[in-house]
Amino acid sequence: MAWTRKVLRVNLTSGTVSNEPLNMQWANDYLGQRGLATRYLVEEIDPACDALGPDNKLIFATGPLTGTSASTGGRYSVICKSPLTQAVACSNSGGFFGAELKFAGYDMVIFEGKAASPMYLNIEDDKVELRSADALWGQSVWAADKILRSSHQDPQAKIACVGRSAEEGCLYAAVVNDLHRAAGRSGVGTVMASKNLKAIVCRGTKGVGNVADPKAFMAATKAGKAVLAENAVTGQGLPTYGTQVLMNVINEVGALPTRNMREVQFEGANDVGGEAMHEPRKSDGKPNLTTNGACFSCTIACGRISTIDRTHFSVKDKPEYWINSGGLEYEAAWALGPDTGVDDIDALTYANFLCNEDGMDPISFGSTLAAAMEMFEMGVITTEHTGGMELKFGSAEALCWAAEVTAKGEGFGKDLGLGSKRLCEKYGQPQLSMTVKGQEFPAYDPRGIQGIGLAYATSNRGACHLRGYTIASEILGIPEKTDPLESAGKAGLVKAFQDATAAVDSAGLCVFTTFAWTMDDIAPQVDAACEGDWSPERMMEVGERIWNMERQFNEKSGLTGADDTLPQRLLGEGANSGPAAGKVNELDKMLPEYYEARGWSADGVVTAETQQKFGLPG
Amino acid sequence: MQKSLHIDPGKCTGCLQCETACSLEKENLFNPAKSRIKVFSFHDEGRFVPYTCTQCDEAWCLQACPVDAIVINAETGSKDVLEDVCVGCKVCTIACPFGTINYNTSSGKVNKCDLCGGDPACVDACPTDAITYIDANATGMDRMRAWASKTDNATK
Repeated sequence: MAWTRKVLRVNLTSGTVSNEPLNMQWANDYLGQRGLATRYLVEEIDPACDALGPDNKLIFATGPLTGTSASTGGRYSVICKSPLTQAVACSNSGGFFGAELKFAGYDMVIFEGKAASPMYLNIEDDKVELRSADALWGQSVWAADKILRSSHQDPQAKIACVGRSAEEGCLYAAVVNDLHRAAGRSGVGTVMASKNLKAIVCRGTKGVGNVADPKAFMAATKAGKAVLAENAVTGQGLPTYGTQVLMNVINEVGALPTRNMREVQFEGANDVGGEAMHEPRKSDGKPNLTTNGACFSCTIACGRISTIDRTHFSVKDKPEYWINSGGLEYEAAWALGPDTGVDDIDALTYANFLCNEDGMDPISFGSTLAAAMEMFEMGVITTEHTGGMELKFGSAEALCWAAEVTAKGEGFGKDLGLGSKRLCEKYGQPQLSMTVKGQEFPAYDPRGIQGIGLAYATSNRGACHLRGYTIASEILGIPEKTDPLESAGKAGLVKAFQDATAAVDSAGLCVFTTFAWTMDDIAPQVDAACEGDWSPERMMEVGERIWNMERQFNEKSGLTGADDTLPQRLLGEGANSGPAAGKVNELDKMLPEYYEARGWSADGVVTAETQQKFGLPG
Repeated sequence: MQKSLHIDPGKCTGCLQCETACSLEKENLFNPAKSRIKVFSFHDEGRFVPYTCTQCDEAWCLQACPVDAIVINAETGSKDVLEDVCVGCKVCTIACPFGTINYNTSSGKVNKCDLCGGDPACVDACPTDAITYIDANATGMDRMRAWASKTDNATK
């Protein structure tokens, strides 16, 4: 059955904890994790509610394959309404926390209301209780983790926690688990802190059992692992270079957004990419990268475990940072590097450590800083605002300082915590915000890669690469190569990627498997684990149902087709160099075709017919 | 030929496939909490180390057991716990210097690695060959080969 069929409900206002059976009708329609938790959210909250008020709910959800030996079967998502975008927030994380929640016997935990004072939830199988977090409030994720481990005396406990940025209201705060894996985007950590919930400590010893057909499951997962091992991306590229394998590739195709997306190629790309992380440094002869690390059950192991050069200005007097921890992934490296113009890999690694330590989304942080840097160059933001720091593009000092003050919510860090959209509005330059629906772009310029522009514009959680990673097709040729400079045919491609990803997320698997796996590899694993018949077609149907449900949530929150757009810089200013020189994103050509493929009206509204077709809650 | 589990921590990524495979084999559950092999993550050092029973010749767990519940498997050399004899006194868990024999709260007995009778599930599950099952007389072969290649000038 793979689902534990049990939901844990925690009312923070009343301080009560209860169990209830999982709604199996919904599990059959929405599978698990992202889809299933969003179904609960749609049922239980008013999408127009205040995202940071007690009426919003916060759901930690696993999928049916979470906690199994299916490769990458360890993921969970945090679902709520986003304070950054006002859209549905669904942030996915790896590490070991999700599997542990499942081992304790729960498919999901629903938090509602708001605690009167800081609390954390302690889960030891059936024993679940809220405890005071007075001693944890005001502490970073890393410090809180130490305190909790010391007081619980249980090295096997898994911890998900928010940092000081979340407490201080940074709108892109993350939930960090296992010290450096994060449900990173859309401010899910901000919502957690708004409920006075600091952490979840989980210890599960029940395990996951009773998969529907164990023999078929072992055969299907073994076959899946073999496909991952033999594939060049998942078998070699990702373990060796991590997602950072992309830095030089994307730079060469002229789609590496640089200095707040003014440019599309970065002269320092080679100094901050995956290859650079392997280069021995002068001070101690060690490379930035110590080793690669895996999340639970993952046979790819793309995770980076890195150190900062101890002689680097950022840490030379701070031995607490002379450790190994989560290193640079591509999106973080891009936001902290090319987008701010900084080519100092140790500064990037330090800023990345701080993003983990205090739970900030490095994409949104870096992109917001880039916008601030552009306004500093224009003279709109000055040293009077920053308290003396020169926010110049390319300044490693400015990057490290900005990460420190934003992590703690101090001084100008409060402004940076607003996110790019609100920061640019505050300083009267809304056109400089590189966002969709208020969420910052990831690391692909949609002038040089047309399809990803449509994916950004229509993503249900604001600009995001993980809602429809057309880069796979447009750059890497997976499953087949399409021309990145061509907008024709991209509507169907975006829709297919969006639907497939929703299904993969909802299974509890990692989307990186889809560099190698098709739905023909994934469906048999779900089919063997879950009751009922899970064909590739049904998986795609579930994905499409989820996509439409998320869209309807956003409609009720007040978003419309007019929000499916890109900044004028990408629609009106041609790329300045590289293969895409002179090109803008042709969103106006792709969007009508996309709406039609989705079965939506010409202005992007889910039609009654589509709603009925998928049996949506409406 | 007797074989032994050979662990190369340098190849381990910490994915825990060995733990889920072990618990499935022994408990019919995906449940690292009940695994006989354990991967330790040394966060600050950036290292992952799989750890399990080395099947000592002079097994202290076996010597300490007051009811002779631990016996030698003649075929594989593993020291196996006879569950129907074990009384759950935990003296073996005190005797073992490595901590690789543990009490199982679900069964009330102790658990340890028994090499799965000669076909260890963890070995099959490990995606990076960090855990192998090889000739017990030559577990150093890989390391010898690696050093030989460094010291042999003729290959340069």
